[in-house]
Amino acid sequence: MAIEVRIPTILRTYTGGAKSVEGKGETLGELFDDLDSRHQGLRERLVGDAGLRRFVNVYLNDEDVRFLGGLQTPVADGDTVTVLPAVAGGGR
Amino acid sequence: MLTISSALRAKIVAHARADHPDEACGVIAGPAGSDRPERFIPMLNAERSPTFYRFDSLEQLRVWREMDERDEEPVVIYHSHTATQAYPSRTDISYASEPEAHYVLVSTREPDQAEFRSFRIVDGQVAEEEVRVAGAE
Repeated sequence: MAIEVRIPTILRTYTGGAKSVEGKGETLGELFDDLDSRHQGLRERLVGDAGLRRFVNVYLNDEDVRFLGGLQTPVADGDTVTVLPAVAGGGR
Repeated sequence: MLTISSALRAKIVAHARADHPDEACGVIAGPAGSDRPERFIPMLNAERSPTFYRFDSLEQLRVWREMDERDEEPVVIYHSHTATQAYPSRTDISYASEPEAHYVLVSTREPDQAEFRSFRIVDGQVAEEEVRVAGAE
């Protein structure tokens, strides 16, 4: 079972520079646990005490997982999960 | 140093003015590794706020995928401040996540002139850089 996970530039320090890694799991949460076992520290950048970190966008194929099931979102062989840090800021 | 055409600079300023008093935001893509801003991509400010901006998550996915397909990267990430100076705020610094990008700030706090400045933000450190505007006014 392989799920492709596309990694943004700033998180490639955890993947030895790789833009894309593979993992497995039945849910997004399990997938991140699996990735963390080989890329230690990666999960911490994606998941906090309250679940998925607010300013990290995670997509399952073409959908934002916030509108699916967050960490409970089911994932399957052949899916592509994309991670993009939110682009945000402001005057304050 | 940021080198940018006067036409692109004008587009950023026009976008900022048009969205005032909300913050405007967007990207200028360029060929990967070239450091040349070429393709203007104004983005929706999903916050629609005078003090905060955020790219809509699905629009960001579409734009980032498109850049990837075209072998481009985000050379400039711009946004406007509507009541404060054109300098990265604490939130700007904490969310900066493209270490190779030039972060352009425009301030629209004055009606008759726009401040336009550019910065590198890497590992929480801000460094202002010179802006070289190329081409006829």
